[in-house]
Amino acid sequence: MSAQPTIRLAVPESVAAGEVIEIKVMIQHAMESGYRRGALGERIPRDIIKFFRCSQEGKTIFAAEFHPGVAANPLLTFHMRAERSGTLDFVWTDQAGQRWSKQAELRVT
Amino acid sequence: MQAAVALPVSGLLPTAAAEVEAGRQQVEQAITEFFGEERRVQSGRVTVSVPAISENGYSVPLSVAVDSPMTADDYVRRLLVVSQSNPLPIIANFELGPKAGLAQVSTRIRLADSQRIYAIAEMHDGALWSGFGYSVVTLAACVI
Repeated sequence: MSAQPTIRLAVPESVAAGEVIEIKVMIQHAMESGYRRGALGERIPRDIIKFFRCSQEGKTIFAAEFHPGVAANPLLTFHMRAERSGTLDFVWTDQAGQRWSKQAELRVT
Repeated sequence: MQAAVALPVSGLLPTAAAEVEAGRQQVEQAITEFFGEERRVQSGRVTVSVPAISENGYSVPLSVAVDSPMTADDYVRRLLVVSQSNPLPIIANFELGPKAGLAQVSTRIRLADSQRIYAIAEMHDGALWSGFGYSVVTLAACVI
């Protein structure tokens, strides 16, 4: 994908220490399965995001590996136990190694 | 006199049981491929939620929850989502840990047919637990 995809994050801004929060992330991507055919019957090549990782200070909180069975514009809802304030890094990597990322600030009180 | 040609009374077309068997084999192969040989999978502790009827196989909401306290010494390590009849059995896999706090993941998947969707959880001690959900797909993601 050439254009910068839309990334949406839903992360609570402020949480109590030890609280388990829900995080929702979505990235705009066709997740082309490699099974579809175009108007001329030609096979449309596979083009999918393979990996997603959410980490805080380099420590992985949650990671996912996608296969063509994941729908377009992959949406993920997962959880984390908020222990301390800091930046959450969200990184997606496609099959060719291209990466997209976004950060969110988590404030633990 | 012509010798009678014995046609097999069954075996020309797959029976419903054969299709079920093929689905079971597909799931078992995927589990072996992902977790390795000789792993015993127990049934339970994993809840897979999919709509009873999926009107659009291209985007089916899926939610997997594992019964685990998610503490430092008792947590889910990995979670595998497998389809019984998509061309590619493994749909997604997730890596969790005590930092996740709650073993519950949702996403949207593609289904090529009405089928069972299995989730297999690997616990911190290596034990495998599984559960499944069934969805009737009215508009199949024909080629996933």
